[in-house]
Amino acid sequence: MRGLMVLLGFWVSAAAWALPVLPVVEVAPGLFVHVSEHHWPDRDNHGEIANIGFIVGDKCVAVIDSGGSPQQGIELRNAVKKITSKPICYVINTHVHPDHIYGNSAFKEPGVKFIGHHKLARAMASRGPHYLSRADEVLDIRVTPDNIIPPDLQVKDRMTLNLGNRELVLTAHATAHTDNDLTVYDKATDTMWLADLLFLEHIPVIDGSIKGWLKELGQLEQQPYKLVIPGHGKLVKDWPASMQPQKAYLLQMASEIRTLIKQGKTLEYAVEHVGLTAQQNWQLFEQFHRKNITIAFAELEWED
Amino acid sequence: MKTFAKLVCLCVFLPVLAFAEGDDLTWNSSLKNQFFAGKAIEESDAVIELEAPYRAEDPAIVPVKVTSKMPQTPGRFIKKIWVLVDKNPFPFVGEFEFFPESGKADLAMRVRVNTYSNIRAIAETNDGKLTMTKKFVKASGGCSAPIGADLDEAMKRLGKVKFRLDDSMQTGQPTQAQLMISHPNITGMQMDQMTRFIRKSHFIDQLKVTFNDKPVLNAKIDIAISADPNFRFYFVPDKAGELKAEFSDISCESPTSRSVCKKGESYAQQYTVTP
Repeated sequence: MRGLMVLLGFWVSAAAWALPVLPVVEVAPGLFVHVSEHHWPDRDNHGEIANIGFIVGDKCVAVIDSGGSPQQGIELRNAVKKITSKPICYVINTHVHPDHIYGNSAFKEPGVKFIGHHKLARAMASRGPHYLSRADEVLDIRVTPDNIIPPDLQVKDRMTLNLGNRELVLTAHATAHTDNDLTVYDKATDTMWLADLLFLEHIPVIDGSIKGWLKELGQLEQQPYKLVIPGHGKLVKDWPASMQPQKAYLLQMASEIRTLIKQGKTLEYAVEHVGLTAQQNWQLFEQFHRKNITIAFAELEWED
Repeated sequence: MKTFAKLVCLCVFLPVLAFAEGDDLTWNSSLKNQFFAGKAIEESDAVIELEAPYRAEDPAIVPVKVTSKMPQTPGRFIKKIWVLVDKNPFPFVGEFEFFPESGKADLAMRVRVNTYSNIRAIAETNDGKLTMTKKFVKASGGCSAPIGADLDEAMKRLGKVKFRLDDSMQTGQPTQAQLMISHPNITGMQMDQMTRFIRKSHFIDQLKVTFNDKPVLNAKIDIAISADPNFRFYFVPDKAGELKAEFSDISCESPTSRSVCKKGESYAQQYTVTP
């Protein structure tokens, strides 16, 4: 209810200012999130489908994921400006996918440092041309290489940022959801911003390594975070309980695929037969499940 | 307002879709001449059939399969099969040469499909006749890109080879073999201003498979083959022996031109077959 009031408040004031402001909710002191609904990226939603937000310190602000379109980036920037007069010092991109980086250009100004996993720049370079070539047709947005900003600071392992009496610990993960996943831990509120290492309701999307992802989850679930922010899905206050469906989905898929590989079955066969019982548990199952099988199969057939 | 916007969207978009559904523009305007100048090509499923998913789940790994409609005999056999993806930046997927010893000119592989496109296979029989068949594939959007998911993992295993044979192998009968090669097959298509890592394409360009030194499959392939190239084909194990794969890679300056390339490494791996 309070969230709704805040949303409404922003909407009303945005209309009054005639300035598009992204609705955000203060989910922990100084930590603001825009929680998205689950949609296939298309021309209606312009790829604005991920959870994005920012954290405010005494000195400055860190933006975490800039949005799925240049326009959403502008709206997120306006949301920051509306809430605080402190400058934005960092834009953290949690990984290469367009729904997390296409707002970057809205934040490009002196004093703002872009931060990413040490493999993010390579992923941006190799996938960028394809993403850009499809954006007009698929998302109905106009983007150029200027909208994809490679990181000024690269996180190889760990990096601590100080926003002024507020430390963020960034961790570069081994290949999991993608090969360039970065998480943000806010010490002040014991909040872990897992981004796309965690999906709720929205089917998990594998674009890296199913084995690697399970391994990272195994480590992350040892930590007792008070609040966890997924890249897609509602906020998690019962970590790691809310993560179990994702883990079960990945485990079952890996197990079924390994059995088929042993039986000499093909990728084409696996795509039609693996993990179909999971369908009822996930939104966008049709759009992503077979792709997940494809990527997992191509990985697991090399494991011995 | 929203409905109106959707209507406008549909009106603008529908003709584009109708047009895109399996158009032959690229084929007619350039590919046909580039590969088969002056030759007659019959379009039918009489010699080969092509299987491909209508919707490519992962555009980096699209399984396609060519099935031949005739056995390979010394008198009549399929000599060559070309595979093209019309709308890829570099449409040529591969040119595959078969022999009477292949037993059956079937071929399955995984390819990259950049966008909505026809995939076509053209077979040449030993009498010189060309027959073409095609399938339309929708490569899905979203977060997908037609490259591999974990480049470093593929690099680490580079050159590793696996063979798998049908359990039901019978002496003298065409038997299916699967050949898996670990190689990132880098397309070389990346943004220049950010290219601090990999600039050139780097892919397997030649593949030769023999059984007891008799040819089974010769292939000239390119960047449209998925990372970790994977082929299923037939051979005839008339007696025990060695199934051997020899291949080499190449590095080219441009993803879409093969004028400036540098030969890379050569690899060979064999597998003992006992029918």
